[in-house]
Amino acid sequence: MIRTPLRPLARILRARDRGENPDEIEAENRRIRHEAIQDKARRRAEGRLVLMSACFVLAFGTVGVRMGALASSEPSEPRSQVLSAQIMSQRADITDRRGRVLATNLLTHSLYAHPHQMVDPVRAAKALAKVFPDLDQARLTKDFTGSRKFMWIKRKISPEQMQAVHDIGEPGLLFGPREMRVYPNGHVASHILGGSGFGAEGVSSAEVLGVAGVEKAFDNWLRDPSHDGAPLALSIDLTVQSAMEEVLNSGMKLMSAKGAAGILMEVKTGEIVAMASLPDFNPNERPRPLLKGDPSDSPLFNRAVQGQYELGSTFKIFPVAQAMDLKLINPNSGINSSSPMKIGKYLIHDFHNYGKQLSATDVIVKSSNVGTVRIAQMLGVERQKDFLVKLGLFEPTAIEMVEAPTGQPLVPRRWPAVTSATVSFGHGLAASPLHLAAAYATIANDGRRVTPTLVHGRQRPEGEQVLSPRAAELAVGMLRQVVTRGTARQAEVEGYEIAGKTGTADKPRPSGGYYKNKVVATFASVFPASDPEYVMIVTLDEPSVATAGGGESRTAGMTAVPVAAELVRRLAPLVGLKARTDEKLPIVAARFQPRVEPSPGDGIKLVSNK
Amino acid sequence: MRPLTYLAVTLLVMGLAFWAYRENYRTQAAISQMSQIQREIAGLREDLGVLRAEWSYLNRPERLSELVDLNFERLRLVPVESGQFVDLDNIDYPKPPAPPESAEGTAPEEEKP
Repeated sequence: MIRTPLRPLARILRARDRGENPDEIEAENRRIRHEAIQDKARRRAEGRLVLMSACFVLAFGTVGVRMGALASSEPSEPRSQVLSAQIMSQRADITDRRGRVLATNLLTHSLYAHPHQMVDPVRAAKALAKVFPDLDQARLTKDFTGSRKFMWIKRKISPEQMQAVHDIGEPGLLFGPREMRVYPNGHVASHILGGSGFGAEGVSSAEVLGVAGVEKAFDNWLRDPSHDGAPLALSIDLTVQSAMEEVLNSGMKLMSAKGAAGILMEVKTGEIVAMASLPDFNPNERPRPLLKGDPSDSPLFNRAVQGQYELGSTFKIFPVAQAMDLKLINPNSGINSSSPMKIGKYLIHDFHNYGKQLSATDVIVKSSNVGTVRIAQMLGVERQKDFLVKLGLFEPTAIEMVEAPTGQPLVPRRWPAVTSATVSFGHGLAASPLHLAAAYATIANDGRRVTPTLVHGRQRPEGEQVLSPRAAELAVGMLRQVVTRGTARQAEVEGYEIAGKTGTADKPRPSGGYYKNKVVATFASVFPASDPEYVMIVTLDEPSVATAGGGESRTAGMTAVPVAAELVRRLAPLVGLKARTDEKLPIVAARFQPRVEPSPGDGIKLVSNK
Repeated sequence: MRPLTYLAVTLLVMGLAFWAYRENYRTQAAISQMSQIQREIAGLREDLGVLRAEWSYLNRPERLSELVDLNFERLRLVPVESGQFVDLDNIDYPKPPAPPESAEGTAPEEEKP
């Protein structure tokens, strides 16, 4: 920087020449210099002031904006989000269609030990063995006195046991909270619910995971906290389900069967109202799966969904319905039924010989294998196969259970003429009873495809029309005649117009061929026939019943049908189906307008703290 | 004038500081009360879950049918049958009892229009 001199020599000399005081020049220059310094200092001070005020404006502005935001936004609780997320993190309940609890959570405690904190490990082991008789004292002593720092003792303990452990007074025994899944109804709907177990485990909590059934199929949904604790409402009706299990159980014992399965399904929606498979188990103490032998011997095996059975004559209605749909036959068409019939080198027999000719209706009513094969031959292999695919008999059912894919029907790979013939009367193609229920529901639903579901009240797209309503109606009419004058006369329950078809199929040997004296008896029914609302399937595994003549009968007409009739008698009133009778009750003119109380809920109002 | 202004400003600042102090403590009290309530809600929810579980355990079909069997003498409960459905207009209701005459005699007049 160039400093201007205070006394520039040139100006001083000039001023001296003119006789002026040179000091004035110095004073003048000093003043200018001071002014410059002052200006600079002022500018710096101003800069500081601007900075300071900017800081203040920013600070107060932030506070102001925050206050404004707080004042204008919805007031919400501080910290509530964190806490309520914790509350909701538990698994959602499962209820039936009327909101009755099928599965819920209960808080229990787990017991673990820190052996290094123990005062008297030997005494603790002794006392623990006394509280829990299933624990081995010697092993506990070894674990407690060894070098372990941590060990689990019990996954779930009851409050009484917890108090007993408290009473031991050992500081090295600690408790962790555990959420436990409980199924308050015990055996009821055990196959549908499946069961649950613990996943990742920590001291303070453990993950509850579904192991099977609906619990596993909806595992993510049930654990998703965003549903706000809303329960999963299944289409099952607890009352109907337990009544079905009760009747089916006594039916199974009466018919000395090895197992039984029953399905009650709504025709219009495909919702399953009750589905039972016996023997069953208690999901609270789910047994271990069998590691060897036939899985169907385990109580875990769900016959209704996983069982692959050749369902026998119940299949006969499919080719007949299809042939009526294609206008190849009508219910009165004569069908050649001379038995035996020869296809290639195979002979096809009827149970009895029904003479030369039967009407199409009588083929179904009398359950003629030969007649059905003749009708199937009119259709041809391709069309027959195509129709069975459309009925969903070639793929696993879409039901919301993890076991559904294991119910993949056993479909013959090639379809020579003889396979096509046997499939038409239900042999050579093995499907689950649930498949049969869906297929019968499709016929009963005016030929519109029905997909079974376990979730209540869900909007679903309408099924594809696989059969004309006219053919479907005729088919149901034929099924009705099976009950009024055919093989299922024992199924007549007054007022409910049951229409159905029996099916008795020999059980295949695991080594090939068929057993002579082991059958699967099935009765597939639709009721009421005039306006079908429910489909019911009853399957008995290896039933046999003593007949009046001292013999033994294994046909479905003698075994599955009486059980089905009893089921309808019990279940139809429970689902609110009125019996249709000719009896006219007098109509009483109301003397006053009766006031009907609206039905209250179950008295619990759910509130949220949001 | 100036000292008065200073005094007033000082008092104002002190007042505001006191207000802010009180407000701060009130907020903290509210927050702790809130978390207390949240804990209470969590506890009650847990209790509710236990009660629901107990209720459905007590209402399990197995137990109910046992109770029905035990009390058959008194209640005579049997499963619903198909013949038990009747429409409302098939029922001959008894005539409801006449409304009690009011002492003032004003009530009938009110009913007229």
